[in-house]
Amino acid sequence: MTAQTRGPAEAADRGTATDASRADRPARPTPRHGRDHALAYLFLVPSTIVFALFVVWPLGDSVYLSLHGSDLFGGASVFVGLDNYRDMFTSAEFGKVLLNTLEFVLLTVIPGVLGALVVVLLLEAQIRGTRVLRTAFALPFAFSVATASVIFSVIYNYQIGLANGILGFLGIGKVGWTTDPHVAMFALALTTVWMNLGYNVLVLSAGVGSIPAEVMEAARLDGASGLKLVRRIILPLLSPQLFFLVVVTTIQSLQSFGQIHILTKGGPDGSTTTLVYSIYKKAFAFGSSDFGTASAQAMVLLVIVLACTGIQFGVLQRKVHY
Amino acid sequence: MAEPSSSTVDRAADRRTPRRRISAGKIAVYVVLILALIPVIFPIYYAFVGSVMPGGDLASSPPRIFPSGFHWSNVTGVFDSIPLGRQYLNSVVQAGIITIAQLITSIFAAYAFALMPMWGRRYVFGAFMATLMVPAESIIIPNYLHIGDWHLLSSSFGVVIGLVLPFLANMFGTFLLRQAFLQFPTELRDAATMDGCGHLRFLWRILVPLARPSIAAAGVYIFLTAWNQYFWPLLVTRSASQQTLQIGITQLRNAEVGDLGLVVAGAALSVIPTLLIVIFGQRYIVRGLTAGAVR
Repeated sequence: MTAQTRGPAEAADRGTATDASRADRPARPTPRHGRDHALAYLFLVPSTIVFALFVVWPLGDSVYLSLHGSDLFGGASVFVGLDNYRDMFTSAEFGKVLLNTLEFVLLTVIPGVLGALVVVLLLEAQIRGTRVLRTAFALPFAFSVATASVIFSVIYNYQIGLANGILGFLGIGKVGWTTDPHVAMFALALTTVWMNLGYNVLVLSAGVGSIPAEVMEAARLDGASGLKLVRRIILPLLSPQLFFLVVVTTIQSLQSFGQIHILTKGGPDGSTTTLVYSIYKKAFAFGSSDFGTASAQAMVLLVIVLACTGIQFGVLQRKVHY
Repeated sequence: MAEPSSSTVDRAADRRTPRRRISAGKIAVYVVLILALIPVIFPIYYAFVGSVMPGGDLASSPPRIFPSGFHWSNVTGVFDSIPLGRQYLNSVVQAGIITIAQLITSIFAAYAFALMPMWGRRYVFGAFMATLMVPAESIIIPNYLHIGDWHLLSSSFGVVIGLVLPFLANMFGTFLLRQAFLQFPTELRDAATMDGCGHLRFLWRILVPLARPSIAAAGVYIFLTAWNQYFWPLLVTRSASQQTLQIGITQLRNAEVGDLGLVVAGAALSVIPTLLIVIFGQRYIVRGLTAGAVR
């Protein structure tokens, strides 16, 4: 179970194909052969217990709950077949939730990846102090979703927050950062982009760092510099990391919860209720325990995330690599 | 993260183009980078400076960016409003147990996958890796119901167990360590077993010490992820004395409406440990988070 794991967890499955050959090399047969196989399985027992209890069983339960109505306490009542799914997909409310989710993903992934890319490319400009600057740009990585959201909630405060203070200084009226339905999503996205920047910069810097020094030297000696070096050498060689980052931050955005819970509670007027927040609202918020509908929505989340991972896998198999 | 630049290249480039143009370009790069750095650093600066500002500074209009004085009252106020020390301890216990347990389960599994003969390894490994694709939020309802069914939510001790139980194993750490263990030749193990060294002794006495940097990387990463958890601790904890730091600091916002000084002070106090890890342990973090990203 990967609660709020930052992206790479999802990315990790990438390596399965690449080094499977190594792992599958048959071990030399010894007299202790059979015992070794058994011992290998024994070593997997602790992990297996955890995964069975906290991933596999709940998955089955989620499916079960999504096919049942909910009694007052949220327990599964009668079998309703696909009714929860039908109600969900025909409700305007859920359509809005999906649109909100899409909007949130686009508003966080695109600026987040492009912003980090620009920073990392500028850091490659052979200037002094690169290391210090990179660390400075990576600092938001230290901030948990709770800490970051709390700080931004102060900045966004309508009466005395800094954001409105600056607007007032510029002679612009106050903005309801978390209370105006047209602005709240941007305020959430801004917080999220800030939070993710550190991670994105670290991943892309490592990607640029893994470009062989000889390649860069050769390109520079050939007179490539500035934008040409970026376009012809760095970007193509960085494409695997960029692709990885887009997929991982998309999955991360789909799973975002803390910033919404702390800053907007899905409001105003449902304008920031994303899929995960909708699951939370249906299942836990305000005494609601509609586990049936919430579980159906959880299945939608599962399918979307699996699809993203599938795309990542499919593309990598076919080679995004240069 | 090797710097691709080298002094020879610098000199070669300098010879090629007039010095002035290069420095002008570099100055432009500095200017853009520093302009970009301001919004990145500012919230961090604001959290720390805001927590030592005198009460009126944060609320003044326009808000002050530089403090008019130095006060500890916000910081001490945090400790008066929420049991921050207790919540720090809760977080250390929660993240600590998760880190140690995940390292142990991961080391065993990674060793089995990397260096032991195993029938059907490819399929077992694939099935294990598939657990990573399941978003925690999609199974959080049944997990919560189960923890409740097991009566773990009725006592503070039970809550601690409930906080950590689902995270005692994870394939991310296992995958990372498996990658590390694969770097060691099987001959190393064969030689050891030839000398009568069993798998367990080889693993803990030889392999684990050799793979210490990778284990540290996995540990730092697991710790940060656990420490920063929000959704699960929000569901599992009830009273303020059970809450982890991440949940505790958000309560400052609800309780003391209008006292923004307390709120930023709580945020600043909560981020100090992870900030130190990111500044001084960056090497390990990069190692961990790029395990999948970089070839």
